Amino acid sequence: MKLAYWPGCVSRGFTPELHGSMHLVAPKLGLELVELDRANCCGAGVIAEHNQEMADTLNARTFALAQKVDGAAGMMNICSTCQGAQSECQERLDADSGYREHVNSHLSEEGLSYERDGEWWNKNFLWLLVEEIGLDKLSEKVVRPLEGLRIAPFYGCYIVRPTKRLGYEGHPNRDKYLDFVIEILGAESVEYAGSHKCCGFPVITMNRATSLRQAGRHLADALDAGADCLVTPCPLCHLNLDMQQPDAAKFVERDLDVPVLHLPQMVGLALGFEPKELGMDKHVVKTSDVQRKVAELAAA
Amino acid sequence: MSDFTLKIRRYDPESGEPAFWHEYPVDLPPERSVLDGILQIKDREDASLAIRCSCRAAICGSCGVRINGKSALACNTRISDAARRAGPGKPIVVEPMGNMPVLKDLIVDMDAVHWKKIMRVVPWLLPAGEPPEREYTVPAEAMIDVTQSMACIQCGVCVSACLSLEVDPQFVGPAALAKAYRFVGDPRDGQTEERLRDLAEDPHGIYDCTHCFACIEVCPKDVAPMSQIMRLRRRATGDFEIKDSNNGYGHERGFVNIIERWGTLHEAQVLPRSFGEGSFVKGQVKPSAVKQLAETLPTALRGLRSGKVTPKKVIVHPKLPDQARVRKVMHTIESKPRLELNLYIVGDNSGEEQGAMAEGSQEL
Ligand code: SF4
Ligand code: SF4
Ligand code: FES
Repeated sequence: MKLAYWPGCVSRGFTPELHGSMHLVAPKLGLELVELDRANCCGAGVIAEHNQEMADTLNARTFALAQKVDGAAGMMNICSTCQGAQSECQERLDADSGYREHVNSHLSEEGLSYERDGEWWNKNFLWLLVEEIGLDKLSEKVVRPLEGLRIAPFYGCYIVRPTKRLGYEGHPNRDKYLDFVIEILGAESVEYAGSHKCCGFPVITMNRATSLRQAGRHLADALDAGADCLVTPCPLCHLNLDMQQPDAAKFVERDLDVPVLHLPQMVGLALGFEPKELGMDKHVVKTSDVQRKVAELAAA
Repeated sequence: MSDFTLKIRRYDPESGEPAFWHEYPVDLPPERSVLDGILQIKDREDASLAIRCSCRAAICGSCGVRINGKSALACNTRISDAARRAGPGKPIVVEPMGNMPVLKDLIVDMDAVHWKKIMRVVPWLLPAGEPPEREYTVPAEAMIDVTQSMACIQCGVCVSACLSLEVDPQFVGPAALAKAYRFVGDPRDGQTEERLRDLAEDPHGIYDCTHCFACIEVCPKDVAPMSQIMRLRRRATGDFEIKDSNNGYGHERGFVNIIERWGTLHEAQVLPRSFGEGSFVKGQVKPSAVKQLAETLPTALRGLRSGKVTPKKVIVHPKLPDQARVRKVMHTIESKPRLELNLYIVGDNSGEEQGAMAEGSQEL
């Protein structure tokens, strides 16, 4: 399946292991990724907070670039935040042909135009795994079932709310996909209070306590529920849950030390890649316990 | 008629007993509400079960609870839908709203939290100057922008779901901030800037919202409190240039400036610019910025040590090949009056009508 691929900024910035692992697993899943290397930042909700028309135009530009990729089935992102920010803009663009024309007029100099098309989609890798590849197909590709690993899903707000905007009417189980994927890869999905809550990242510069208390609490809940690690489809969640974890631990006054995987890393482990190839050494919280368990699986 | 099971959290402070769960059978047609189920239990099983309700039609805003963990009005939730979401063979779990102390069973103390926060934002009009001879008049278009926040029925369901409130009980919260916008957006109000400055400077004000969409998801009246908070932020930074000490202004400006310069996010610049009112240089020299930067140093060092952040990445960031075009688009939009876009008036996006979206602008 050929896809217009939007990696987002953070996956090429502070979480390069995400972009890298996605590139590794894509061919194994039969995905041909055409990277949108001319596309701009989605704005992460911050540009919309500044000016909605600006955010809508910048994302219309990305959509237009994606629609130009010949033979692509659709557009794929690997960031919950990109998904949410782009879906918000798409909702406004699709609502009103007059407004869409106005926004497209800003892009005409570049020869770009976003067309509303009921068939065209922009999906997070998680949605794509379940809806386009399919869990059956995915399970056929598993060469190393992650048996014995207890993995806590962390979805990220932007792909679970608001359900109306995010296509839940047609796909009512989107808030369970991460659990489905964990289980189909052979691991055990851990139930805990924080799976669909906020990592706190959006307020890290504005209110550190509000931000890191959220991250800390969810990590602690996952730990108490017996998780070996968390997995997330959102690199911004990863920044707060992994990079900031030592500070988050201070805000909840306890030791945490629980690794956080990116979705393509978890998939990659089950597809037979080695932790190192998947960039699992480039985390702030050491993934060595998970690596050891995976090595034991391979030996067994 | 169908059989349902409601599992209700019971608590009576006067009994001296801790809270406990109890399951009750309910016999109702599937289209009836969870509230109907609760009232049937009161009628048939236990008259002491406490719940607030009145209109039974999502108007009075008194029957907020949590159903299977999700905050909602009990009268506005179909019992068969709740059963389906609970899962096969599982009871419908009903508990009191979150983020507020429980008084008894399903009744929470709205005064202690919700109403206190509403009063915090001065929820009445503060007109400027001499009152007119007759009523205050206002053009209809000028009210488009506040219609959505006016739809609030004060049920507190968003307060119950708010994820910032969960960790910061002092956060002003979604309902009160939506109410604040109702007056900030009203052209008759004379305290617009003062209101905005107050809520921007409060560490628990508009910049304490973690953008989690929980309030948008649960509100039974489509008030979208988070969208109103974003409107407050746009007005504070865009119209009044309020440079708050919570870095709200700096973060927004810094982010936009980075995209304008590089097209994608140069992450290493976000913090200095946020602390420096949007400017990278100010972020290096302003004393408060230097102090905050120093506090984040351990995080930066951790990033470097893990190998995910390289010194090169901190310093250089590639520009997009077409950055000149991205910049031009941003400049064009920046140089004209800002549009405030609103899908609320039309309700949904199925219309695909020309002009389906309401466009207000700050220059009304
Ligand atoms: S979006 Fe903001 S106000 Fe709304 S529930 Fe989340 S934190 Fe609270
Ligand atoms: S904003 Fe919505 S959920 Fe919140 S109090 Fe008002 S009506 Fe209830
Ligand atoms: S009883 Fe009035 S809103 Fe539910």
